[in-house]
Amino acid sequence: MVMLATLFALGEQTGHEVAQLSDGGVLAQWAWLIPVVPLVLMFAIVFFGKRLPMKGWELAEGAMLFVAVYGVALFAMNANEGINYEGSIEIARIGSFTLEWGWVVDGLSIMMYAVVGVVGLAVFTYAKGYMKGDIRYTWFFAAFTMFAGAMLVLVSAPNLIQLIVGWELVGLASYLLIGHYWEDHANNAAATKAFLVNKIADVGLFVGVIIIGVTVGSFRFTDILNAVADGDSALAQVAFWGGLALFIGAMGKSAQFPFHVWLPDAMAGPTPVSSLMHAATMVTAGVYLVGRMFPLYQTDGFAIDVKAIMIVVGALTLFLTGLIALVQDDIKKVLAYSTLSQLGYMTVAMGAGAYTAGLFHLFTHAFFKGLLFLAAGSVIHAVHSNNMSDMGGLRKFMPWTYRTFLIGSLALAGIFPLAGFWSKDEILASLSFDSSHDGGTLAMVVLVVAIAGAFITAFYMARAVYLTFFGEYKGHGHPHESPRVMTYPLIGLGVLSIVAGFANIPGVFTGFTQWLAARPQVMGDHHAEAINFALAGIGLAVALLGIAAGTRLWKRDAATQQARDTFRIPVLYPVLANKYYIDDLYMKGVVGPIKGPIARFTNWTNTYVIDSVVNAFGAVSVFLSRIVYQGMDQRGIDLAINAVGSATGEAGDALRYTTSGKIQEYAAALFAGAVLLVVGFLILT
Amino acid sequence: MELTDWIADARNVVFLVIALAMLGSSVMVVTSRNVIHAALMLVVALAGAAALFLMLGAEFVAWTIVLVYIGAVIVLFLFGIMITRAPTKADPVRLDHKRRWPALIVALGTFATMATVTTMAFGDTPMPDGVSRSGDLGDVLFTRFVIPFEVVSFVLLAALIGGIVLARKDPQT
Amino acid sequence: MIVNQFLVLAALLFSIGIYGVLVRRNAVLVLLSIELMLTGVNINLVAFGQYIQDAFLAGQVFALFVITVAAAEVGIGLAIVVLIFRNRASANVDELDLLKW
Repeated sequence: MVMLATLFALGEQTGHEVAQLSDGGVLAQWAWLIPVVPLVLMFAIVFFGKRLPMKGWELAEGAMLFVAVYGVALFAMNANEGINYEGSIEIARIGSFTLEWGWVVDGLSIMMYAVVGVVGLAVFTYAKGYMKGDIRYTWFFAAFTMFAGAMLVLVSAPNLIQLIVGWELVGLASYLLIGHYWEDHANNAAATKAFLVNKIADVGLFVGVIIIGVTVGSFRFTDILNAVADGDSALAQVAFWGGLALFIGAMGKSAQFPFHVWLPDAMAGPTPVSSLMHAATMVTAGVYLVGRMFPLYQTDGFAIDVKAIMIVVGALTLFLTGLIALVQDDIKKVLAYSTLSQLGYMTVAMGAGAYTAGLFHLFTHAFFKGLLFLAAGSVIHAVHSNNMSDMGGLRKFMPWTYRTFLIGSLALAGIFPLAGFWSKDEILASLSFDSSHDGGTLAMVVLVVAIAGAFITAFYMARAVYLTFFGEYKGHGHPHESPRVMTYPLIGLGVLSIVAGFANIPGVFTGFTQWLAARPQVMGDHHAEAINFALAGIGLAVALLGIAAGTRLWKRDAATQQARDTFRIPVLYPVLANKYYIDDLYMKGVVGPIKGPIARFTNWTNTYVIDSVVNAFGAVSVFLSRIVYQGMDQRGIDLAINAVGSATGEAGDALRYTTSGKIQEYAAALFAGAVLLVVGFLILT
Repeated sequence: MELTDWIADARNVVFLVIALAMLGSSVMVVTSRNVIHAALMLVVALAGAAALFLMLGAEFVAWTIVLVYIGAVIVLFLFGIMITRAPTKADPVRLDHKRRWPALIVALGTFATMATVTTMAFGDTPMPDGVSRSGDLGDVLFTRFVIPFEVVSFVLLAALIGGIVLARKDPQT
Repeated sequence: MIVNQFLVLAALLFSIGIYGVLVRRNAVLVLLSIELMLTGVNINLVAFGQYIQDAFLAGQVFALFVITVAAAEVGIGLAIVVLIFRNRASANVDELDLLKW
């Protein structure tokens, strides 16, 4: 009951006892299988996937089935008794530094195991239909299994070193998958861009890991967080910079402004990749890292100042990228910008000190965003185009895709009682709480931004639904519903998108809060103890308003839709369509000045200053040379030079017979020379 | 030191036996008319070296010689001999040069110089008794010498890749 | 045991190796002779290491490095020999006189 009391209290909770947790028994001890099985099966697919009847898909699916079953089993057990277990084996010891491979089984990682497993299972099943006939089918599933396995390595890491290993493996797998259709150069470029942007942010991660690990003297999360709990003064001094550097790393993987540029381009990969990347793996890694290190950011005297940066970055991301989603024609890009926006919500929640709210949104978002991408993929599969201007009226042709996409959209827009409503409301409540505590005016402003973001979310999702499924079909051919192997995962995720929100209803059922709190340290986060009806009402109202506005604008026949969609607001539209010129800024802002004024100035200097000096020198030299040439050179020196030249030539002719090209003769000369040198040295000394 | 004093030490007798075996087999390596025999004689010479290392207390090096040289490198040589179809029967014309005297002079000169120098420098200095320190060797290999150790592993990797690149058949031709 | 006995033996092995390198025509046999020379070097290294009673066992460590590098050298060397054999149908070093004037 002490545990319940602490969990229900609103606000700072430091000083309370950590809840009594079970060690998870056999299930937790064998949890190392969760990352290992996918990675082992990945190699199995590479080596003999092509010889199997289903070309390696069955191994990939088996891996995800295993992870899903294991993850859900752990999840259920955690919900029952709360698990906290940490196992590790020593891999190597270099000096005083111990390299460990381990696995963490606590509330946070169990939640991630379950999400990766369940969403992964749906996506892998779906991918069997979507990737049918692909020339690199087996390779795709190998890389895809590695992608999921890498994320599980990251999630199961008990120390920062293993986290980096998983982190980089995720980056590698994403590189391979985004560039899956590498025949097209643009896809290569997108893969490289994702990799490089992530690498730049990874510098922050490395710096943060080094600062914190060296200061604490250990890379293990438990040691670091215990140092925070004990108020370690050495760590407190560097905590701000270390925490900031870690957050910069998280910004790269979770695509926060201004590192968000890689994520929309990552749509170049096959749709199942986008789905898994946006739902469960990769982009959630950054939020997961902040969640894992949460006490560092939440405890007074440590990296608490980073939270202000976090909340600003999150608010910028959620608002700006939401607006861009309004003008995209590519349905996957709409969803990609929507993911960015939702990641902004998660970051804002973390910045407001709401550990549960941020991760709860991660949890619900995984289901409905995975669903939306799969449904979009189903549409793309049917009409062979990514552009919504080629779609329209698909409601009649693809009933199941339509229904599930609608569920996903409503969940994302935050309509009661779907999953997104609960998690978004929780974030709004946390912001409201933070604004009346240490967040102050900033949190209040961000709260307003977040509510505006909810409006935009509903607005662009309404647009996507109407342009895709209403009006008249504008593409070519006859679209048809996707095969069952693709629709069943949609339905499964659709059900989860409806019910996932019930895992955490403030004041009624706080299961999720307790599940996530099953960790050895006190998180000390804020979370609501009861539904804030005013805020929930506002959130729901703006979402409905957004949908109404979208309906008003786009629920017409195809011709009007197009006209409406091409209706451009003079200043705003070009800014949005060009993504705030950030890509241009990176390309031209860095390269431009060097190419422009600086280059022009250099050229001018070159032409007028340096050239004239050079020309002057040249003229003087020519004058002097003429004297020298006629006087000394022709008469005196040439004779001597010619003599030397012919002498060298004659000598060369004579000596060339010694270079026989036979290496053994050279070797004999070498050893004889060495011996002679030694003998000479001995005689001299 | 008199020869009789030297030979009185039982270990020196062992040394002498090993050394003579090594010398005999080494001479066979460079003179044998059968390439396979030459490679197998190298095994004997290397086994002798391993025995010497055991006498000197360097047991780890000794077993490395056995495993790496005798186990792997010699097999590699035998493969090389097979692939290049080197004459495996007596074939003096193709195996050695006719001009052996310059080579013999250079070799003897090298030996004479080195033997003179070492004798001048060391004379009768006794060798300390060998103590097995394999544990220390492991420690020192992974602490003080860890960077050279890693560099050597890169050399091996480069050699591996280089070997593959060189020996593989060009798919175009 | 005296130090010099090991050094003289090593010098003998080294010189025999030199003789082999200079006199053999077949490239594989040249490589074999190089292995003999390296064995002499290894004996020297270990013997010196034992003589100075080095705390860091540098002699043995370097003998190990020499073994490793020798293994790499044999791998590359044989690859080159195979390549040359494939191109010229001969592995005799004295026919490889491309460096001739």
